[in-house]
Amino acid sequence: MKKMLAGYDAVAEAVKACDPDVIPAYPITPQTDIVERISEMIADGELTSEYVRVDSEFNAASTAIGASAAGARIFTATCSQGLKLMSEPIFSASGMRLPLVLGIANRSLSAPLSIWGDHTDTFAERDGGMIQFYAEDVQEAMDNIALAYRVAEDKDILLPALSCLDGFILTHVQEKVDTFTQREMKEFLPERDPVHTLDPSNPTTMGAYARPEHWTETRYEVQRAVKRSKDKIGEAVEEFADVFGREYGLEHNGLLETYRTEDADVIIVALGSVCGTIRYVIDEYREKGEKVGLVKPRVYRPFPAEELNKVLGDAEAIAVMEKDVSLGYQGGLAIDLKSALYSNGSRIPVLNYIVGLAGRDVTKDVIKKVVEETKEMRGKDPSDIGLEEEERWEPLREELLPGDKDD
Amino acid sequence: MKQIRIHGRGGQGSVTMASMLAKAAFETGKESQGFPSFGVERLGAPIEAFVRIDNKKITDRSQVYNPDIVIVQDSSLLKLVDVEKGLKEGGMIIVNSSEGPGDLDLETDAEIVTVNATDIAMKHLGRPIMNTALCGAFAKATGLVDRESMARVIKETFEGEIGEKNVKAMSEAYEVC
Repeated sequence: MKKMLAGYDAVAEAVKACDPDVIPAYPITPQTDIVERISEMIADGELTSEYVRVDSEFNAASTAIGASAAGARIFTATCSQGLKLMSEPIFSASGMRLPLVLGIANRSLSAPLSIWGDHTDTFAERDGGMIQFYAEDVQEAMDNIALAYRVAEDKDILLPALSCLDGFILTHVQEKVDTFTQREMKEFLPERDPVHTLDPSNPTTMGAYARPEHWTETRYEVQRAVKRSKDKIGEAVEEFADVFGREYGLEHNGLLETYRTEDADVIIVALGSVCGTIRYVIDEYREKGEKVGLVKPRVYRPFPAEELNKVLGDAEAIAVMEKDVSLGYQGGLAIDLKSALYSNGSRIPVLNYIVGLAGRDVTKDVIKKVVEETKEMRGKDPSDIGLEEEERWEPLREELLPGDKDD
Repeated sequence: MKQIRIHGRGGQGSVTMASMLAKAAFETGKESQGFPSFGVERLGAPIEAFVRIDNKKITDRSQVYNPDIVIVQDSSLLKLVDVEKGLKEGGMIIVNSSEGPGDLDLETDAEIVTVNATDIAMKHLGRPIMNTALCGAFAKATGLVDRESMARVIKETFEGEIGEKNVKAMSEAYEVC
């Protein structure tokens, strides 16, 4: 049924349809509304999950892991420093191969403190064996919750999955969504069928200790599972389209979507809600006859290297616009993209733009500036960008900077 | 696409109003988006909320810089906030005020619509919660949402008797505008 919902309500609706067994909850802006709405659903008898009010995000993640080990379907939500506090136990969840689904209302990391959004919180979890979905709109944020359960709980995968939506921009917008019915969800998402569970009558130990002669292989297995999740995501989006009628990059294994890239010579690569605004700018360029397109990875881990090569191979210049920076080098998405392209023999120049940190608005003017600068790179070689100029912060308010200490 | 900016004070329900207008546009058969200015809200402080209405899917996630319509919930804001900022040529400003359009402290080419929404709210609700009356003025003055849809959304937002009273406030503002 189509209705108007705020992003947080929509995520809560998706969680309800997926019917988790255990929901440990700890508040943090702008995620709080998600777990508040879920607590209302439980109080009203709409949802029968065990709702555990914990004393920290560390405890939320630990409770989630314990319950997942007992065979339960799990949901929790967090962001920003809350995710950092969860990070310690969640790395164990991937090592123990315990599926969890987390809703992440992406928010910047302190300091300075900011309640507004960017992707620095989830990018910092990149190496933890978690599948990371990013949503462009509220509908996709809802749908990714269902896809995350489907893939995370698959017996060939068994990993934590983060379903990310931009804090405030998506969590607090009201827009039209199509909600799930229980009948549809039962068809798409079977009950969790755990392989190993904590059971007093059949005791097992999980994740306790591995000597150097064993540890590497456990990590290798996690690596294989994350990589394998690409095909599982591909299968899941196909079945999702059959059941719910909404399509997410079917021809790209569900890992990315493209917009007007067929003949594009300039392509922007971006994650999440900013892609919506980029679409408007691309339409303006197309009306003028300029061949500009958008590639939107839906998943950051596993990294869709092969799929990105396929859709970007004919571009003449690429701009990565991302709400993240790996301090000391460049934006994480650009680093990974260049590795994927140049390992495959490509010589397409890639400009890296750091935008939208801590909720700074990414305006159409900023996007147009990015396109204009990227157009200048057509016909050039990556070495023309060089190592000196590594990334562009757009915009950067020079007047706020303390001045160059080298002067 | 029509873009709407609502100026109010923390506690006046600007965000609720944005939500109601977006929902009424959806009920009217249009695409819509309603969102707050994502700020830290304090009671009484000037705040903004936004609505976008279009006939096709809205994917723009940037803030509203050039509204077609501005709604001012509290006329005391006219002295404090540049409510006309970025207003498109041929735009409209809807102000909750007991004064007529010509008596306001506004030098603008925009069409000004005034409605004494606070008075209407006091009459029907006994409290100066003038959102729903302003929704009625918006429906009439812009034609972007129809009156029946607006009434339905108000009844969904405020259950029971309070909902009925709010619909009356909306309807009276619709009639007098």
